[in-house]
Amino acid sequence: MEITLNWYLTLSALLFTMGVLGFLFRRNAIVMLMCVELMLNSVNISLVALSQSMADTAGQILVFFVMSVAAAEAAVGLALVIAIFRNKLTIDVTQINLFKY
Amino acid sequence: MVSDTRFIRFWILFGPPTLMTASILFFVLATVAIAAALGMLISRNPVNSALWLILNLFCVAGLYLTVNAEFIAVIQVLVYAGAIMVLFLFVIMLLNLAALPDVKSIEWRRVIAFFLGMGLLAMLMFVIASSLDMLPDPVSLEAAAETGSATELAKVLFTRYAMPLEIIGVLLLAATIGAVVIAKRKPV
Repeated sequence: MEITLNWYLTLSALLFTMGVLGFLFRRNAIVMLMCVELMLNSVNISLVALSQSMADTAGQILVFFVMSVAAAEAAVGLALVIAIFRNKLTIDVTQINLFKY
Repeated sequence: MVSDTRFIRFWILFGPPTLMTASILFFVLATVAIAAALGMLISRNPVNSALWLILNLFCVAGLYLTVNAEFIAVIQVLVYAGAIMVLFLFVIMLLNLAALPDVKSIEWRRVIAFFLGMGLLAMLMFVIASSLDMLPDPVSLEAAAETGSATELAKVLFTRYAMPLEIIGVLLLAATIGAVVIAKRKPV
């Protein structure tokens, strides 16, 4: 059975949906950031698969940049989590409601 | 037969790159990747979640190898599984968190979230299914191995995409400084 591009795109869609579900379901801020990483990663899968099936390097350059932005996002997000934990002693996002009301 | 040295390396790692081995490899890696993502969603302890995510990232690196994108596969292991996940584990252990208590009642927010997620999946699947005949014809394996090599990517990255590369360097510097400033202990 031949693995075509559709399989990679389908896997990417599945992983992206799981990332979205995790982001909506989980209450731990760190796990929510991990779900964002999962979503970025699933987009990378479809970019690499499309780029390789067309022999075009642009897609993989974009993956390179997505990874850099993911690293920056993880660093700043975790710094925010540490700052919030220092003030409220929790990272449960249902307890962090400073901007509510 | 293929004479490319990059391809021979793939050959040593995974056996002859026939269609059969490539498809078996894809199904094994895809199954483990989805199972690891599920494990990340389900596990209560954040450390377990992080370890499942690392397994998922390694599987995705293997999937990159099945499409001969070897440079991206190495970068995936180095940057994601190496740097980013170490950062996550470090913060989890720094904060020394217990698992959050269970939610007692059914929250309507979660039901709505589930249906939103399923709707998104249905939409993505519909787009993929409706574009089946518009997908490009795949190029030869040699051309794909050529595209995924570090040499070809570096040629493009340092000529055509040199400006975005510089900008991403500035972004990373800004993120580093921002992270230090945000996480710094405030003087009292």
